[in-house]
Amino acid sequence: MITLNKETIAIKREQDVVFFRNRVNEYAEKIKMGLLNKTKLLTAASELVRNMLIYAKEGKVICEIVTISALQTGIRLTFIDNGPGIADIDKAMTDGYTTGKSLGLGLPGAKRLVNIFDVKTVKGKGTTISITKWKNG
Amino acid sequence: MDKIPILKMGDYLLVTIQVDLYDRLALNLESDLVNMINKHSSKGVLIDISAVNIVDSFMGRILGNIAQMSKILDAHTVVVGMQPAVAITLIELGLPLSGVHTALNVEKGMALLQEKLLLDSTVIADDTDDNT
Repeated sequence: MITLNKETIAIKREQDVVFFRNRVNEYAEKIKMGLLNKTKLLTAASELVRNMLIYAKEGKVICEIVTISALQTGIRLTFIDNGPGIADIDKAMTDGYTTGKSLGLGLPGAKRLVNIFDVKTVKGKGTTISITKWKNG
Repeated sequence: MDKIPILKMGDYLLVTIQVDLYDRLALNLESDLVNMINKHSSKGVLIDISAVNIVDSFMGRILGNIAQMSKILDAHTVVVGMQPAVAITLIELGLPLSGVHTALNVEKGMALLQEKLLLDSTVIADDTDDNT
């Protein structure tokens, strides 16, 4: 996978979420991603950035335009935090499971909305979640 | 502090969400709406989300909460104008928004509210008939 364009956005407070969503929206428009895929990507991003703010208080997101061939372009978002990590990743990926007060749809829902979903978490050290959404697909 | 305006129109409250929602804004809307229902004894709430590009699990939960809270306060809630892409995304996310009444546009939403109000009043009228 080749990265064409890269930017890091710091997430420290709730208002940063609006700015972050707008940036992702601009990236999606830049590669002419369709409305449905764009909505799915933005919704998944919104879920993950909220998790970051709730559980790790702050973090950063790397936005990239990636390509694997002339035909397949997409956006990769990598959410990095130094929070408490996820204790039981299998449980966390189950619908309806939450350690907070939410509906427990964030992680499994976000996974369903994107093409590639990758979690790395170390308890006490932090969590890195990477999602990729292709322009077509 | 940003605020989403709530308009009173007779027995109804109208909310048009025209800005990008973040969590605090949505929570404020929830409490403002419940207070307004109480203050004006409103019978219906119409929420227009046609300008909303994304509804995630938090926003979906707020919409569900508003519907349930207003139900307890004897008011109906109708969410109107959801974009098709938002509807598809909500279902894939796993949030069917059960318990929330929806309509395609403001006009149909208003008609639905009026219908519900009419139904309520006929049920009450039937009850009084039985008592006499």
